[in-house]
Amino acid sequence: MLNVGKIEEGFVLDHIKAGKSMDIYEHLQLGKLDCTVAIIKNARSEKMGKKDILKVECDINQLDLDVLAFIDHNITVNVIKDGEIVDKKELVLPKMIKNVIRCRNPRCITSIEQELPHIFVLADEEKEIYRCKYCEEKAGPIF
Amino acid sequence: MRHLMSPLDFTPEELETLFTLAKDIEQNPARYAHACDGKVLATCFYEPSTRTRLSFESAMLHLGGKVLGFSDAASSSAAKGESVSDTIRIISCYADICAMRHPKEGAPMVAAEKSGIPVINAGDGGHQHPTQTLTDLLTIYSLKGRLDNLTIGLCGDLKFGRTVHSLIHALVRYPNIRFIFISPEELKVPDYITDMLKEKQIPYEEVIRLENVMPTLDLLYMTRVQKERFFNEEDYVRLKDFYILDRAKMELAKEDMLVLHPLPRVNEISVEVDDDPRAVYFKQAQYGVYVRMALILTLLQIKVD
Repeated sequence: MLNVGKIEEGFVLDHIKAGKSMDIYEHLQLGKLDCTVAIIKNARSEKMGKKDILKVECDINQLDLDVLAFIDHNITVNVIKDGEIVDKKELVLPKMIKNVIRCRNPRCITSIEQELPHIFVLADEEKEIYRCKYCEEKAGPIF
Repeated sequence: MRHLMSPLDFTPEELETLFTLAKDIEQNPARYAHACDGKVLATCFYEPSTRTRLSFESAMLHLGGKVLGFSDAASSSAAKGESVSDTIRIISCYADICAMRHPKEGAPMVAAEKSGIPVINAGDGGHQHPTQTLTDLLTIYSLKGRLDNLTIGLCGDLKFGRTVHSLIHALVRYPNIRFIFISPEELKVPDYITDMLKEKQIPYEEVIRLENVMPTLDLLYMTRVQKERFFNEEDYVRLKDFYILDRAKMELAKEDMLVLHPLPRVNEISVEVDDDPRAVYFKQAQYGVYVRMALILTLLQIKVD
């Protein structure tokens, strides 16, 4: 088994669906951070069979938890200090997300109006349904 | 400042106030003839819709106000590529209130976000057409005297009919409402509507033949069944007569049942029904003017003593 060392300060995103770590890397814009990022794909998991893990050596405040919760609120967020887990952040579905996904309705005003943000609003918390603020089209799958 | 984007923007209590005002306008038009003196309505219609535009213009003119605007995108700055956000900023300098129709869904909301004046959604693609729903509700309220305790038949194209969906959403807020959906299999009301009704425990039935349910209805809301919506010619020929309202079907209905239609009517209501006092679809167009007058006064916060 491949071993990736512990991080001293930062956070670990655990229980990412296998194969989705790069998508999360992109959506969280981790490529823009000037810090160490480890991407572990297809790690063995008792709970999930296979899972991905992201280890990021930077301040947790640089992470947009709303975006992460929208992508998959079942991901575990472990905050690391001095090499130990000091906190687990609970991911709560955000009420609104901005410019994370685009409205796929070709009849939506966002398809032609320049510089209009793509805003999705949580319309049904139980069913986890987001709708475009402007045309109310359901948000498509992020992956 | 308040806008109107969806018929659900107003609570049932606010709608009651709006409809009371509309009824007073109907009964005392002279009292309101100068209520909007010096005010200007802009009708920004990015796609043609003669009846809706004229209804808004008629409403403002009957209030003593003036009207300016455009009736299709080709004669507006949109043809030069101007955004809705920029257009409404300019229109805000020229008018006191704006009614906007746009083929793109959500365009009036974009306008409302940037506007210095109240914006009324006069139809945005297949999304919302709130003043049609307010017209339907006022017609029912005025002629039935209530919006609760009603069995409502909705007939025709229930799948794509935007007016039907909006009306259902507006009526479920009132107690003791029962729906009967009358449509061919291909044009049934979408699942998200029936799911919502189940969740709210609102009774509904889905039937194929109109005459079977005519005696139970307090209201019949007719819509057109378009030939192009059918998968094949054979089904269309077999089913089309089920959805044509004629004198024979009207004989099965209650004496005080009302027939509504958002218009334009093509052939789904036989002209022989027009003289039946229960056929109120032309009156409905008149209520469309009253409700728009009441809406303009409400959004401009003009009170008439």
